[in-house]
Parts: sequence; structure tokens; C-alpha cells
Amino acid sequence: MIEVRDIHKSYGPVEVIRGISFDVEPGEVVCIIGPSGSGKSTILRCLNGLETYQKGEIRIDGQRVDPEDKSIKAIRQRVSMVFQRFNLFPHRTAIENVMEGPVYVKGMSRAEAREMAAGYLKKVGLEDKMESYPGNLSGGQQQRVAIARALAMQPEAILFDEPTSALDPELVGDVLSVMRQVAEEGMTMVVVTHEMGFAREVADRVLFLEGGVIVEQGSAEEVLRNPQEPRTQSFLKRVLNPLI
Amino acid sequence: MSEALSRAADYLPVLMEGVWVTIAVTVLSLLVSTVLGLFWAILGWTKVRAFQMISRTFITVIRGIPIIVQLFYIYFVMPDIGINLTAFQAGVIGMGIAYSAYQAENFRAGIEAIDRGQIEAAQSIGMSDNLIMRRVILPQAFRIALPPYGNTMIMMLKDSSLVSTITVAELTRQGQLIASSTFDNMTVFTLVALMYLVMALPLTYLARQLEKRYKNA
Ligand SMILES: Nc1ncnc2c1ncn2[C@@H]1O[C@H](COP(=O)(O)OP(=O)(O)OP(=O)(O)O)[C@@H](O)[C@H]1O
Ligand SMILES: [Mg+2]
Repeated sequence: MIEVRDIHKSYGPVEVIRGISFDVEPGEVVCIIGPSGSGKSTILRCLNGLETYQKGEIRIDGQRVDPEDKSIKAIRQRVSMVFQRFNLFPHRTAIENVMEGPVYVKGMSRAEAREMAAGYLKKVGLEDKMESYPGNLSGGQQQRVAIARALAMQPEAILFDEPTSALDPELVGDVLSVMRQVAEEGMTMVVVTHEMGFAREVADRVLFLEGGVIVEQGSAEEVLRNPQEPRTQSFLKRVLNPLI
Repeated sequence: MSEALSRAADYLPVLMEGVWVTIAVTVLSLLVSTVLGLFWAILGWTKVRAFQMISRTFITVIRGIPIIVQLFYIYFVMPDIGINLTAFQAGVIGMGIAYSAYQAENFRAGIEAIDRGQIEAAQSIGMSDNLIMRRVILPQAFRIALPPYGNTMIMMLKDSSLVSTITVAELTRQGQLIASSTFDNMTVFTLVALMYLVMALPLTYLARQLEKRYKNA
């Protein structure tokens, strides 16, 4: 459902994405791993038009992703995003955050949207925090609201950009278990993450990025347990044994 | 002393008429400047180069010209090109335009203070620029812009005295008229000063409350 073909992107003279291609099938969970600055966020953001690219083509269900075109709004309704820093709307309560898209973008009635939003908040374990403002929630709770907000758009795919990197270690588990549940229900997901345990357990496929190219890709088993490329091997050695 | 008081009592009805005009000028020009200021700020925020230029040019020009000169221009020059305004209308429009530049700067600061991630989150659920402005940026920008807005109201109240120069019969002008016919400058201008102060006090209080309420929001 997501086709990425030979994407190139530069900031000024610096080419940060240097020809990336991959596909994501419906229901698939793809994890993107790689060192800092390798272009993981950039390629992810290209997928729903938050970032422009100079060369190549991205298609969602056959439709071209063009950040400059009006069609991008329709595409974004089908491909939601969860951000590292949550980006909840601070002036609205948890449930209002979740209702915002269904009511104002999709034109759903408030009553219907409220009921649906309550359902999603319950699903992420926050039925008792519906009327809280983001400022009064922990990072882990905020991120779960953000996941509910993404789910409430009833998208075909959700993109996650390091959803647990801004969290205290003890809050990471709650967010990952919600993501695991969403994956099990068949959601198509592209997840940039440093959580190798999650990738190993949930990912159908893992892409290892470095220097703006995919150095290695394959099943989680292949890439994480038995990497072929020396660069993948040394990266994994560093993240799995950070103390050595 | 009691003589001064009785004279003050004589002046009071006329000065009170001025007070109402002052309040009318302040409130109306506050409205005009808010709407216009918001317009300039949003124009500057759009991605359209030409709009940004128009907004920036207007603000620069308005901020570079004394308010009195702007008032003279609207009241005395506009009739030459066929636009006749009463002194009151010219005063409100002039003050409104002059202050819209400051309001725009204030709103712009509020809009710019909003985290880029907010806009991206809104985009990622498919919101149009219009919706993002209305549902995400403006509500947050207002909170940021409110404390300075309180101060702007106080400044506008005081600066509304400038419209006396184009014959609007507000408080300062009424004071001048009485003083020039009675030569009782001391009583008249003490009264005028006190009346401004009384009008400013609730606004000062309001501004402080706004600051307290939204400072660490
Ligand atoms: N707005 C920008 N302007 C200029 N350079 C940028 C910009 N955004 C990102 N870059 C550069 O592009 C490269 C890729 O950045 P990107 O954020 O995609 O990396 P990443 O793999 O997500 O890293 P991290 O793990 O630190 O989040 C980096 O070298 C970064 O410095
Ligand atoms: Mg990143």
C-alpha cells in the first residue's frame, strides 16, 4: 500500500536521503533503525508529506504523495502520524484532542465523535483521563493519547517517529504494549525506533538506514539476529551493548 | 478649597460628556485595531510572498509615522480625494489603523511562539491551513498575546486624547475648552487627570490578572 521509489532529498547542498526505495504491504509492520542523523525521521515524514523531496516518487494506494498538492490532505487522513514529542494540542483535553480530526476534518457529529474517542482512549488505557489537559498527563499518557488521536482518524497506516524516545524508561512499556496491540489488530505501521526488543518481536520487516541509504533490510530475524552487512553489525553491537 | 470644589462640580457635567466620547473612541478603535491587526498578522503568516510583503510594508510605514500626523492625514487630507469623515469617525479609524500595527506585532509574536510540532500534528490529521489557523494556532496565540493586549488597552485609552487635535470632543478637548474660557487650569486639568486615572485603574487590574493567569500557561 506504500510504495517508495528512489527518494532523494537535500537540505541545501547536503543530500540526506540518497535514493531510498521500499514497499509496505497492508497489515505489515516495518521498523526503521539506524544511527542518529541517518535520515530516519526525514524519510518517514516524506511519507505523509510533512517533508518535500527532490527526486523519486512515493505512492499511497497508488496515489502520488505531493506535499504541494491539495490531494495531500486526503492522503494524511489515511496515513496518521505519532511524533516523538507527542504534539498534543495543549489547549484541549485528551478527549478533545482525539475528537478534533473526526469532527473538524471528517465532519462527524460531536456526539458520535465523542463516543468513538472515548472508545479509543479506553483502548489505550486512559478512560479515567479523558477530561485531563495534556499538561497534567505524564509523557507516557500523552503519547497514548496521541496514538488514540491517530487511531481515531481510522487511517490505513500509522507512522511512528521514535514514539518512546522522549519518555522516562519506566513509561516506555505502556506505550509499546499499546503499539503491539495496534499491530496485532492488523494496522499497517512504519515505526522508527531504537527499541530493538519491540522491533524483534513485532516487526515483519526491519530496514537499517545509514547515511541516507538502506544498508540492509529483511525480516526482523535476519536483520537483527543475523546481519550480513558490517555496518549493521557494528550498529547493533553498539545499541545492544551500550556499556561495552 | 470649597470654592475649587464647587467650581469642579460646575465643570463635571461637561467633562463627563467628554468621558463618554473617550470611552467610545477607545472601545471602537480597540475593535478596529484588533480586527485589522489580526488581519495583518495572518497575512504575514501565509506562505504567499506578496501577502507577507504587503503586511510588512504596512506595519513598517504605520509604525514610522506619528499618530497625530496619521490623524491629520485622515481628517484633513482625505476630503481632498473625496472621502469626508466626521472628526469622530476619522479619530476612530485613525487610532484603529495606527494601533493595528502594534496589535499585529503582538499577534505575530503569539503565532510565532507556537511550536512547529503543533502545526505538523494538525497537518498529520489532514487539517487545512484554514482549520489549523482557527483551531490550533489562534486559540494558543491568543493566550500568549493576552497579557500584552491588556497593556495595549491602557495605552489606547491614554492615546485617545490625541484625537482632541482633530476636534473630537473627548475628555482632553473638553478640558482644554473649559480651561481656555475660565483660565482655571489647575482645577480643570487635575480633574481631567483624575478621570483618566479612574478609567485606567480597572484596565490595569485586568491586565495584571491576564498576566497572572496566562503567564505560565
Ligand atoms: N530542517 C533541516 N535543515 C537542515 N538539515 C536537516 C534538517 N532536518 C534534518 N536535517 C539533517 O538531515 C539529516 C537526517 O536527519 P533525520 O532527522 O532524518 O535523522 P534521524 O535518522 O531521524 O536521526 P535521529 O535518530 O537523531 O532522530 C541529519 O544530518 C540532519 O542534520
Ligand atoms: Mg529522528
